[in-house]
Amino acid sequence: MNKDVTFALSSAGVGESVARGQLDRGGVAMNNKPATFTLDGKTIPFSAGQTLIQAAMAAGVYIPHLCYNPEFKPHGSCKLCTVKADGRHTSSCTHQAQDGMVVESDTKEINDERRALLQMLFVEGNHFCPSCEKSGNCQLQATAYEIGMMSPHFDHFFPDRPLDASHPDYLLDFNRCILCSLCVRASRDVDGKNVFALSGRGIKSHLIVNAKSGRLADTGFSGEDKAAHVCPVGVILKKRVGFAVPIGSRSFDEQPISATPHPGPAAATLPPHPQGACPVGPRSNAATLPPHPTVKDV
Amino acid sequence: MSLSLETAANPENLRRVAIDPVSRVEGHGKVTILLDEKNRVHQVRLHIVEFRGFEKFIQGRPYWEVPVMVQRLCGICPVSHHLAASKALDAIVGAKQLTPTAEKMRRLMHYGQILQSHALHFFHLCSPDLLFGFDSEISKRNIVGIAEKYPETARRGILLRKFGQEVIRHTAGKRIHGTGAVPGGVNKSLSIAERDELLKDIYQMVAWSREAVHMVKELHHKNPELYNSFGAFRANYMSMVGFDGSLDLYHGRLRARDQNGDILFDGVDYRNYTQLIEEEVKNWSYMKFPYLKSLGKEKGWYRVGPMSRVQNCDFISTPLAEIERREFMAYSGVMPMHAPLGYHWTRMIEMLHAAEMIKDLLHDDDITGSELMASGERGFEGVGVIEAPRGTLIHHYRVDENDLITMCNLIVSTTHNNQAMNEAVRRVATQYLHGHEITEGLLNHIEVAVRAFDPCLSCATHALGKMPLEVEVLNEAGERLSILSRSGDGLFSAS
Ligand code: SF4
Ligand code: FES
Repeated sequence: MNKDVTFALSSAGVGESVARGQLDRGGVAMNNKPATFTLDGKTIPFSAGQTLIQAAMAAGVYIPHLCYNPEFKPHGSCKLCTVKADGRHTSSCTHQAQDGMVVESDTKEINDERRALLQMLFVEGNHFCPSCEKSGNCQLQATAYEIGMMSPHFDHFFPDRPLDASHPDYLLDFNRCILCSLCVRASRDVDGKNVFALSGRGIKSHLIVNAKSGRLADTGFSGEDKAAHVCPVGVILKKRVGFAVPIGSRSFDEQPISATPHPGPAAATLPPHPQGACPVGPRSNAATLPPHPTVKDV
Repeated sequence: MSLSLETAANPENLRRVAIDPVSRVEGHGKVTILLDEKNRVHQVRLHIVEFRGFEKFIQGRPYWEVPVMVQRLCGICPVSHHLAASKALDAIVGAKQLTPTAEKMRRLMHYGQILQSHALHFFHLCSPDLLFGFDSEISKRNIVGIAEKYPETARRGILLRKFGQEVIRHTAGKRIHGTGAVPGGVNKSLSIAERDELLKDIYQMVAWSREAVHMVKELHHKNPELYNSFGAFRANYMSMVGFDGSLDLYHGRLRARDQNGDILFDGVDYRNYTQLIEEEVKNWSYMKFPYLKSLGKEKGWYRVGPMSRVQNCDFISTPLAEIERREFMAYSGVMPMHAPLGYHWTRMIEMLHAAEMIKDLLHDDDITGSELMASGERGFEGVGVIEAPRGTLIHHYRVDENDLITMCNLIVSTTHNNQAMNEAVRRVATQYLHGHEITEGLLNHIEVAVRAFDPCLSCATHALGKMPLEVEVLNEAGERLSILSRSGDGLFSAS
């Protein structure tokens, strides 16, 4: 996938939708009726400032997504959440809802595009699900099941990405990174540490850690960090935990990702949220987004 | 124990016949035979033409992934690799002694695997040869033919296998490629409901397994000339034996005997296997040739698997299987049984033992216990050995301080039997093919000999008697003179 194009599109999307929302249709309609849009024909209410995906999730409607996590400012990079709003492709995680908008999501056309995106993600990395500890708790795998991806379709890249096992408690298996930047956002915005960053451009984009040696052990990373618990795939893994939860009893074995309230990092593998009571966890730098109502815990 | 017929003196003047692939075995292997103009056999080789490179592939991976990853070596006995790896890695997490629940769950999983694998091999892959004859009508010589002529036998075969798979599902989480065993223990025990579900059928399984032993026994008694001599050759044999000398497929020490049944070594801690076994590489096969160091390359090769185990142990701990073992030993007399078809008989004795063990374990309260994991001082090297359905399976790993695998050595059952299978094929070629016009029926004799060892040549499991088979007869210039072929639907044609 060409990451340059992806990033460029996403920032344009945010700017445009915000501007339009402020002008007229954001939040409450002129006649004081609650504002709504339609999503695949279903009426979805929303409050001022909500993005399409937030409003949809609040209404219990699933829109596939990978780089979006309600706890963080949207990144708009994976494009899985793409919908057609008033006939135009846009990322629903960055596009603000507007009154009267007509949105399509679960259509053959869009799902075909999503499937191609997933296939590209699979062939770009080395996703060997059978022996991956994240299997069954992995959002990439679960989304691929959801969208009905039956084969990789494209030729595998088989990149050579050695592991970073230097840290005593955590392993980085870069083979599986989908560059969603959630760990980057968590480390920067919640942990205040900037342990992770995406480096390189386009097909050369990759995850790096903030240490001269390039090794996780030499950063300030700790298992207590938020960044240790946000990876939607199996890159950032607690060491020496392998298959303690049997295959078949994992989050997405119980129910598909579309029925899981917030398909963030699977609850089963996570310690209780360290920040306590807030239903959506801490949200720095997310002033424009209201708390997400459907998320119970992560 | 000669190595004659391994390499012909003047191969360039000989005709080459290839059985490629050998059917109704797991994976891909081929047999090549060099014949002269009078159809005299000059060279016979069983080649393993697959190369999977798992040992290399696993390096640099975190150790806790390994028990799940190595299962992909094989679609037929993944549980064996899963358990051997877990046993090896117990040493890495310092679990010197597993909890009773963990050890019994692993054993239950293993016996489920033995049951399903032995049932599959005997009923699906071999009963067509044994019940119809080695050169019987080719279109019937498969499990479909068995289902028509002996519907009850076929039904039992299917249900025995299914039961074994259910045991695996309840212990490993899935029928194939489960995750039940983890370094240091297991991740689940049986629920009461799971136990009761298995208990419902186990008595039937024991009874059917017993009748299966009787069925093979009768075949031997009815046609002793064939069964005692087909492909027979004398060999050393090795297996793991329980600490008390019993047949123990999960844990114990290594014991080997020579061709007369005399002990070569006994009570050897399997972690020292490298002191006993060496592997030779030959340029015509991807499969190595292991041998006992003490006896050297020429004389040190040995057999593993059911026929080795049943004759190597002092007794079997479960009563019905022990009766059968004694009968088998009485039948073979003072000298050990060496005829490859004896594998079928002993395989069924083991299936009966596995069924009895499953029954006992299901009655053991530990199997529903909650103490699943043990740990201790961190180790950096581990060896795990298990008696897999096909024989002794050795997994050996080294792990660095960052938890990544730095070395992996695997010796799988079929590799131990490499020389023995080659030997059996040479015997059969000499006994049946030498000086005769080659026919499909004659070539199937070769395959029958290979199949007796139940070789698992890789991870494939698509066989069931319908694997395409092609035999080419070439002249010395390498030009094709004739071709016999069997298509994917089992039909045979010559041109
Ligand atoms: S490591 Fe995980 S969270 Fe971080 S960018 Fe890669 S996929 Fe996203
Ligand atoms: S672009 Fe919206 S979820 Fe990734």
